Formats: sequence, C-alpha cells, structure tokens
Amino acid sequence: MEGFLNALLLQSGYNAALVGIGAALLGMAAGGTGTFIFLRKRSLVSDAAAHATLPGICLAFMAMVAFGGDGRNLTGLMVGSAGSAAVALVLVDWISRETRLPEDAAIGAVLSVFFGFGIVLMTVIQTMTSGRQAGLESFLLGSTAGMLFNEAVTIAIAGAVAGFLLLLLHRRMTLVAFDPEFAATTGIDVRATDLATMGLVLVVTVIGLKVVGLVLIVAMLIIPAVAARFWTERVDRLVAIAAVIGGVSGYTGAAASAAYPNVPTGAVIVLISFGLFAVSLSFAPVRGVVASVYRHVRFQRQVHLRQGLLAVARGEPIFDGLTLKILRFAGHIRADGVATLSGRAAAAKALRDEARWEVARETHQEDVSGARYDGLTAIETVFTPDEIAEFDRRIGDRIGVVA
Amino acid sequence: MRNALQGSIEVVARNGEAAHAAISPNLPLLIEGLTVSYGEKPAIFSIDARFAAGRTIAIVGPNGAGKSTLIKAALGIVPRLSGTVRVFGQPIEQVRGRMAYVPQRASVDWDFPARVVDVVMMGLYRTLGFLRFAGPKERQRALACLDRVGMADFAKRQIGQLSGGQQQRVFLARALAQDADLYLLDEPLAGVDAATERTIMDVLKSLKNEGRTVICVHHDLSTVAQYFDDVLLINVRKIAEGPVASTFTDGNLQKTYGGRLAGAHIEQLRLPVE
Amino acid sequence: MGPDFVQLSLTPMLIGTLAALACALPGNFLLLRRQALIGDAISHVVLPGIVVAFLITGTVAAWPMMLGASLAAIVAVLLIEAIKRLGRIDAGAAMGVVFTAMFAGGVLLLEQSDTSSVHLDVEHALYGNLESLIWLGAEGWSSLLDWTALSQMPPQVARLAAVLVVVAGFIFVFWNALKISTFDEGFALSLGIRARLLGFGLVVVTAIAAVAAFDAVGSIIVIAMFICPPAAARLMTDDLGRQVAWSAAFAIVSAVLGYIFAGYGPLWFGAAGSVSAAGMIATVSGLILAATCLFGPKRKRIGAAREV
Repeated sequence: MEGFLNALLLQSGYNAALVGIGAALLGMAAGGTGTFIFLRKRSLVSDAAAHATLPGICLAFMAMVAFGGDGRNLTGLMVGSAGSAAVALVLVDWISRETRLPEDAAIGAVLSVFFGFGIVLMTVIQTMTSGRQAGLESFLLGSTAGMLFNEAVTIAIAGAVAGFLLLLLHRRMTLVAFDPEFAATTGIDVRATDLATMGLVLVVTVIGLKVVGLVLIVAMLIIPAVAARFWTERVDRLVAIAAVIGGVSGYTGAAASAAYPNVPTGAVIVLISFGLFAVSLSFAPVRGVVASVYRHVRFQRQVHLRQGLLAVARGEPIFDGLTLKILRFAGHIRADGVATLSGRAAAAKALRDEARWEVARETHQEDVSGARYDGLTAIETVFTPDEIAEFDRRIGDRIGVVA
Repeated sequence: MRNALQGSIEVVARNGEAAHAAISPNLPLLIEGLTVSYGEKPAIFSIDARFAAGRTIAIVGPNGAGKSTLIKAALGIVPRLSGTVRVFGQPIEQVRGRMAYVPQRASVDWDFPARVVDVVMMGLYRTLGFLRFAGPKERQRALACLDRVGMADFAKRQIGQLSGGQQQRVFLARALAQDADLYLLDEPLAGVDAATERTIMDVLKSLKNEGRTVICVHHDLSTVAQYFDDVLLINVRKIAEGPVASTFTDGNLQKTYGGRLAGAHIEQLRLPVE
Repeated sequence: MGPDFVQLSLTPMLIGTLAALACALPGNFLLLRRQALIGDAISHVVLPGIVVAFLITGTVAAWPMMLGASLAAIVAVLLIEAIKRLGRIDAGAAMGVVFTAMFAGGVLLLEQSDTSSVHLDVEHALYGNLESLIWLGAEGWSSLLDWTALSQMPPQVARLAAVLVVVAGFIFVFWNALKISTFDEGFALSLGIRARLLGFGLVVVTAIAAVAAFDAVGSIIVIAMFICPPAAARLMTDDLGRQVAWSAAFAIVSAVLGYIFAGYGPLWFGAAGSVSAAGMIATVSGLILAATCLFGPKRKRIGAAREV
C-alpha cells in the first residue's frame, strides 16, 4: 500500500513519475477523443486502427535495421505504426463506401487481416539475425517496466500534444458529432473534421502502444466515453467527464503497476476504467440501471392503477391480473373484486380528470394534442386551477344539455 | 360516461379468465385495455377495440400516435405493459397460423441476398414446418401469390432491384402466401405509385370478399372513406371506432389530430354525400 | 507429396481447414445481421475463460479450457446485450467495453498466477501453434486407413470435426428460421419464430466454433474467418445459399493456401524457416476479400438500407 501511495504521489522515482504523468495525459486525450467516435457510433473503428499498427511496427523495425539503425527506436516504430493504422482506416472507409459491405464487416476484416499480416512479419523478424531480441511482442500488451527515460519523455510529450490538439479542435468536433448537417451549414468542413478526429484516434493509439499495448488501447478510447454518457446529456460535459475518467484510470493504473509486482500497466488501467464504468452504469442518477428499474416499476404501477380505476369507474370488467393485484394492494378493491370506498373515490376522480382532459383537448388543441395526453400526466400539472374550473363548467353544461 | 359522472360506480373487477370465456371465436380481433410503452412514455394507452369479421378497417392517427405499435402488439411482437389481445377468441400464440402481417417496407434491409420468390416463400414458413425446405409445390404457390399482385414476371429478381411500390407488392404477396383469416398491414400504401395502390386495394377488397378481415395502418385521410368500411381513430388513446360513415367525422378528426389539422383541410376530407 | 507431407503437413492443413469452415459458416449470418464483430469480441474473451479454467482446475487439459472459454464467451455476450439495453449504448461501444475489460482481466490474472510450469501465454492465445499439430504416428497415406495411426492424430482434428458438424447442423436445421429472422425480425416474430432465442443460439454456436478453433489456431484466424470469407462471398452472389457455399470455398482456399505459403513461401524467396501459418491464413483471406472488393460481380449495393 505504501508503495502504491508513493507512486500516486510521484515518489517512486523519476521514470515512474514520468510514466504516471504520461499515462494520465494519454488517458485524458484518449477519453476526450473517444467521446467523439462514440457519439458518431464508430467506436470500433479505433479497434481496427489499433490492431492495424502491428504490420507498421514490424515494417518500421525491418526498415530501421536495413538502414543500419537501432530497430527498437520508439519514435521510428511509432511513425511506422501510424502509417499502417492510417492505411487501415482508409481501407475501412473505402470498403464501406465502395462495396455493399457494412462498416462493421469492413472493420473486422481490416483488423484481422492487418493483424494476421503483422504476425507473419513478426515471425519473419524472428528469423532475421538482428531480430533475436526485438521485443516487439511488448507492443501487444504494452509494458512500462524497464521503459527508457527518453521513451517516457516521448510519451509524456505526445500525450500533451494530443491533449492540446483536442482542446483546439473540440468545438468543431462537438458540432459535427452533435449534428453533422447543421455543422455543415455553419461552414465547418465535416469530412475534414472527421479526418481530424481519426487523426487524433491515430495519435492516441500510437502513444498508447508502449503503455497499454495495441490490444487494449481501444479500451482507453471507448470505456471512458461510454461511462461518461451515463452522467450527462451535454456534449461538452461528456468530453470533460470522459477525459477525467480516462486521466484518473491512466494515472492510478500506472501507479498500481509501478507499486505492485506482476501488475501489467495496460490491463490494470483498463480494469480501473471498467470499474468506473460499472459504477456509472449502475448508479448514475438518471440513466443508471438502478434509477431506470425504479422508474419502470413505478411507471408500470401507475399505468395499471389508472387503467384499473377507469375500468372501475366505467363499470367495465378488469381482465388483467396485475391490475387487480395493484388495485387490491392500494386498497381500492376488496379481495372479491368489489370496489371499496376509497376505490370509488379514486375512480371518480380518475374519471373526472378524464372528462377534463377531454374538454382540454377540444379547447386547447394546439398544446394538448397527443403529447401530454398520455393518460398519466396529472391535469393539475398542465393547467391552472382557473382553467380546470372552466373545464368543469363546460362538463356541467354538457351534462345539463343532454339530460 | 354520463352515468359514471353522476356517480353510479358499481362493482366491476371480475375474474379475468371467466370474462374471456365469453369472447366469441368469430371475432377476429379484440383488444382490451392495451398499453404499450417504450421507456416511460406510453406509445398507446389503454386502448379497447373490436374488429369485426369480413371488413376492411383503417387505423388512422397522426405521426407518433401508436398506429404501428398497436398492430405490433396485436401480433404479439412488442411486449404489452398491460391489457389483453384475443384473436378469434384465443391468445395470439394459439392462432398465429390465422394471422398475416405486412410490416413497413423500410423496416428491412433490401440488400439482403434473396430473390423475390424467396421472400414470398417466407410466408409459407408455418406450412413448411421444421426441417422441410421449399420445393416445387411451394414455388408454385408463391408464384400464384406474386401473380395476384402483378409481380409474376419479377419472381427471379434480386429484391434490391425493386422499386418501392414493387417491394410493397412483394410484401403483400408474402402475406397472401400465409393464407390467413386476419390481415394486419402497416402502411401498405405509403410512398407507392398509383398503379400499385390500385393493385393493393383490389387485392385487399378481394380478401374481404372472401370473408377475411383486413386491418391497415393508413396515413392518407383523403382515401379512408373510399377504401375502408370501418375506421379506428387513435392518438395514443382511442378516439373513436366504428363504420366510416358515422365515425370518420370532422369532430373526431379534430379530436384525433388536434390543432394540427386545419379546418380548411378537413373541409376537403369531408365524406362524399351518399 | 510423400510420407513427410502426411506426417508434418496433412493434419495442420486439415485442422486449419476445419477451423476456417466452422467459423465461416455462422459468419454468413453474423455478417447479414450486422454482428460481424461479435466474433472479434468472443475471440478476445477466450483468454480470461481459459485462465480462469486453469486457475480452478490447475491443468491445461483441453476440455476444462474449452468449457471455461465457452462460458466466458456466453458471459460476454450477455454482458454486451445487458449494456446495450440497460444503458442504451450502441452495439459497437458495448462490445468494445466488454471484450477489452474481460481481456484485461485475463491478462492480469495470467500475470498474477504462476503459469511458468505450463504453456499458457498471450502470444499463444493470439496466434496458436498450428505448425506443431503434426501427426507423428503417420507413416504415409496408408496411415489414413490404419486405426492405430489414426488414434494418434492430434485430438484437435476430431474435436474440430465434431464442432463443424454441430455448427453446420445448427444452420441446416434452422435454415428457414435463420433466413427469415435475419431478413425481417418483425415478420419472423409474427410467425411465432422465437427470433431472439434463435439469435442467441447463433451466438452460442459462434462461441463454440470460436473456442474450438482458437484452441488449435489462435484468435487471429478465428476473427478473420468469421468475417473475410463470408464478406467476400457476399460480393459474389445475391443468393443466400450460394453465399454460404462461396464462403466455405473461400475458407478452404484460405486455410490450404495460407498454410502452404507459410511453410514453403520463405523457401521460394530463398529464405530459411517458415512464417506464422495463422497469420498467413488470415492474410490470404484478406487478399481474397480484396480481390472480390475490386472485381466481385455483386460488389455494389443496390437495395435501400433499413430506415427504422
């Protein structure tokens, strides 16, 4: 525990501190960027980009070795991985535009084929004389243990750059994510903005390779955005909350990984953000599961109660078992189905409100038709007492006329 | 309602099962207290309706009034929040073979790898049964149904090549293949050409003449009186039901559509004087 | 092709082909139901499944592992469905959340537990060891008729053959119902087809195929075979039956050619050794898909997409 606290407080050495800051920046940039692809319902495009980095890494390694350099140079590998991921994104786009195949199939095809080809290249590298200790496997799952100082600096700087780009672009990305057609009318180039979003996804993916690895980087793009969605309906807040969730996950994950043995950085970062997601899914006030279930049960009860009372008032038989049960539970009918005093009173009120609504629909057609006349909205919440008194007067008139 | 308002509220809740026993097996569709809700807003609320045999019935109401939801609930393909549905006096599951359904054509992906005749043969699923594949007999039946909607020449076309009206006819042919007693159609005339509209209405009328019941979600107020015997007006709740002549009135339309239907417009829709 | 071929290449080729077929067949329906990526999700969650099975049983025997992986796949599918419905989250994002989190859980458990004594690692999970599934008991083609030699075949052959029978049987038995519910779910429900249950059944069959294939060839082939052969097949024909046939043909070609290229390709370039067969099979399937994208007779969309 002490080790973990030290790591959290950046007291576990220079490299670990740098990795922690880098992971936090990465998490924030990923969370923020991920929000925009999530809103466009294209989250898994990032999965294609991530898996497609592998051939690029391998080709970059082979090229650097061929030119006599150090095949493991992180910057070189990042450039290579960005290259092949970009090709993959272009292909996904091309397949889903030019053929009848849907985007999800294009994503799956591109990611598996690029990844498979990457594995082929990796086995080629293993047979190369210079490839004996390439260690490219570490990009599959990431590893911050034994990270070199300049690698940590590269990641921290790149994370900061990605965050800065996000700040710069987030306004127009928000507009496009929210309503592409409207955005176009305000003079925003939607396609360019989409490309910029994908560019950011690419940057985040490439930075994430070393820290969380190419299999799991997609989680940093998706999970914070999905978790944040439970807390707000506003895009700007969504981005901010996702960035915070991503940042917190990245930072605490890196610290946990530095403090405990055998805790892989990428996996623990993903699991922390999943924990935050699970809490959001369960307990968020409006969209959370607990709140939704509560509202559904209450709503169903209201519907049955209202229908039951109207049936009682109109002297109609009630077929529905649940309706009977709810009426009985509320004390409106007896066990043998006969209405109680309170039941008659409630039924009379329900019927009177029905009649009021009927009049309201005739006199206030503009605002009452359909939408608010769902049978459950209490009439007192829509109309003033004066208006209701007027409805009652009309009802009285009508009965007078007929009778 | 007047009686109730004056306070004569009496005993009512009876045992549900006993009440059902009284429903006639000749009544094609009976709906009682049907409420369906997506989320916390009812799509339809507490609808009661009886659909008589051998008639054509239009379900009419504004967008979002729950017309499609009503027939989907009647078919048992969306869950009910409350209420009961009886088809020929029985629960839906026991009489599926007597019901046919024509969904909105925009509800499927027309890029699906199938030919026109394949889609029509889907209507024979229940007669085919388990582990049996369509043979020449089924193909003949499907072709006969296609012929009835004037699409026999298109049997081998890929479905993606059809126009909207042709798609709609293929869906109708599929329902004909079901050889049902109760037909439920969701906007069968939406966005189709005039020739298709004529063909579809001819087929529906011939179904009626064979003693079958045809229920259509219908959006075009100007043709209700011409095409249908009865009308059910809904807007989340039931507004009115009954023969077109007595039900499809200005007053009921105003109630159904509220302010959305201008008076002048209603003037045009007035029933032809008979 | 002499005794060497039978001993060293026949069984891996056979296993690769069986695995490719078992994945490609259900892949056709996944593709048309816009669930192509469920194969991707399932093949990721196999890892936590086998790790947990290992932690419980303490062995790396095939059956507990496959059971664990299948259970993990089903848990994942249920979780995805729950998140989609309860959280009103789109399918892609829900999948992304579930499979990455479960995969991360698997990685963490693997690192935390002592697996040094057994062959259980992430690399193996990703690309399998097809090349090592040789038939030592074989002495030549005649061994195919020799019961003792046959019994020494790698157990994956019989296992995958059984799974292929299950997968093909499911699709055969439910052909009509699958076809109708994939095209028009509302109509299927109105016929009394239990479309949602059938959809779940399809996913369970998919999971079984993925797990069995994964055990032999790793998850790359699994993902590639779920998607690439059916996708390429879709671009060849407008008939569902023919599409399934094409996808089977593409799967077989990918497996056989991929294995040959991996084993002999480097020799043709004058290099020694061989490259990953799993990776090469995926690559070949990708090349086939690329060819059909460019030249397939039915590559263009003609029908209107679903609107509601």
